[in-house]
Amino acid sequence: MTEPAPVLAALPTWWALVLPVLLLGAVWLVLVFDLVVGARAGGRPVGVGAALVAPLRESARLLVGQRRRTLAADALLWRAGGATLPVAAIGAAAVLPLGMRPLADLSVGVVWFNAMEVFAWAAVWLVGWGANSALSLVGGYRFVAQGLAYELPHMFAIITAALGAQSLRMTDIVDAQQDLWFVAIMPVAFVAYLLSTAAMAFWGPFDAPVARDVAGGAAAELSGVDRLVFAGGRWLLFVVAAAMAVPLFLGGGHGPWLPGWLWVVVKTAVVLAALVWLRHRIPTIRMDRWTEISWIVLMPLTIAQALVVALVVLGQGGI
Amino acid sequence: MLSAILFWVLAVAAVVFGGLVFRVDSMARATFCLLISFLAVVGLVLLVGLGYLGVVIALMMVIEMVIMAVFMVMFMMNPAGLMPMSMFHNTRGSAVIAGGTFAVLAAGILLVDWPARGGAAAPDLTFALGEALMGGQMLTMMTLGITLFATIVATVVLATDRGRYDRLGDDLDASTADDPAGGGVGR
Repeated sequence: MTEPAPVLAALPTWWALVLPVLLLGAVWLVLVFDLVVGARAGGRPVGVGAALVAPLRESARLLVGQRRRTLAADALLWRAGGATLPVAAIGAAAVLPLGMRPLADLSVGVVWFNAMEVFAWAAVWLVGWGANSALSLVGGYRFVAQGLAYELPHMFAIITAALGAQSLRMTDIVDAQQDLWFVAIMPVAFVAYLLSTAAMAFWGPFDAPVARDVAGGAAAELSGVDRLVFAGGRWLLFVVAAAMAVPLFLGGGHGPWLPGWLWVVVKTAVVLAALVWLRHRIPTIRMDRWTEISWIVLMPLTIAQALVVALVVLGQGGI
Repeated sequence: MLSAILFWVLAVAAVVFGGLVFRVDSMARATFCLLISFLAVVGLVLLVGLGYLGVVIALMMVIEMVIMAVFMVMFMMNPAGLMPMSMFHNTRGSAVIAGGTFAVLAAGILLVDWPARGGAAAPDLTFALGEALMGGQMLTMMTLGITLFATIVATVVLATDRGRYDRLGDDLDASTADDPAGGGVGR
């Protein structure tokens, strides 16, 4: 007599090997899109074929490139910082539902996701510090200030989604959006999430930590495989954090006609496209401006949003 | 078996990296040794089955250690480890306190007649924790919160050299604040 196979909330373990490959594939496609959009904005359009090859060629170039050494660098902290970035991004992706099920369906999934994200702070500061170079140190410190300012709105936005579902588990949050996506009842949290995601992945208008005015900031002294790991880790973090907007606010795999995984792909592509567009539309804005906007504008807005959602949940007879 | 191995690896890592904080002579390395020590403790908390507490400790410790690195580098006399420096002060007193605490705790562990477990764990530990914090322990948490908040405000007031009179004039009637760096919302 055979028992019926239980409906597992998590993907089989072998997905642990597929997940990084999937993420790298997604990063590759986003890079190609970013390149095409950037080249068009710059007035020198490139063909899709050339754009498809460009990330691979650049990766190969970095792989064989020489690693830069600086005088009296703290090599241990420097390399550890670079390596932390991709590891944290893939760790965060472990709770990302691909379709309906994540690789690890933790009961505290959203907290785990946020904990993995903040490892990026330590990583970027270490990369900035380790090189023993003034400009890269400036970049590292910039990211600490930016992370500090944007972590709190980010956290409130994530917690608002968890509050709406009354669970910290990613699959519960997706299930709670079967009828109504959370973006409809918590639009402020959604916008704050997208903005703070860009800030946490030092992306788009928030890329002051690696900006040109400080010669590449935290990444100034990176070359060869170190730059590949750092840049790859940053892209991974960006893609994972942007993809997390889908289960948190856009209903995850829920939608008509298409299967769940395809909806996730479509929605994630839309979010990523919006953030790539944002990066090419808005120039890098000074740290002090963004930081104050976060503390003075985003923080009260996200707290008010959480309060409204809490009242709605209570009104519907929640916990 | 696996959890026993994990326990010992994490316990040793927590102690070793905690000790390394005092051996390395770079503030950055000391801070991140402390972070690794905390993360080993996180592993121990997770091993006990307290998922929420473990992950939240990891989240908070990473943030705190990065901020602490900034302050350590800012205030300690030898931030970069260019000259050897000692992290020790009051060596004898702290050795006596640490040794005494360890002896008392270890004696307690060995001498107490541990009772058998009476109740069962709550089905959802995170929920039980939330209920305790927002119910029975509400007064404790509120007192703690207000104390921490008062400490933060007092520290900022003591540390800052610019108050509202510097920003907005003696009568607080300046139309725009006189700030060294402009913010993003145009106050």
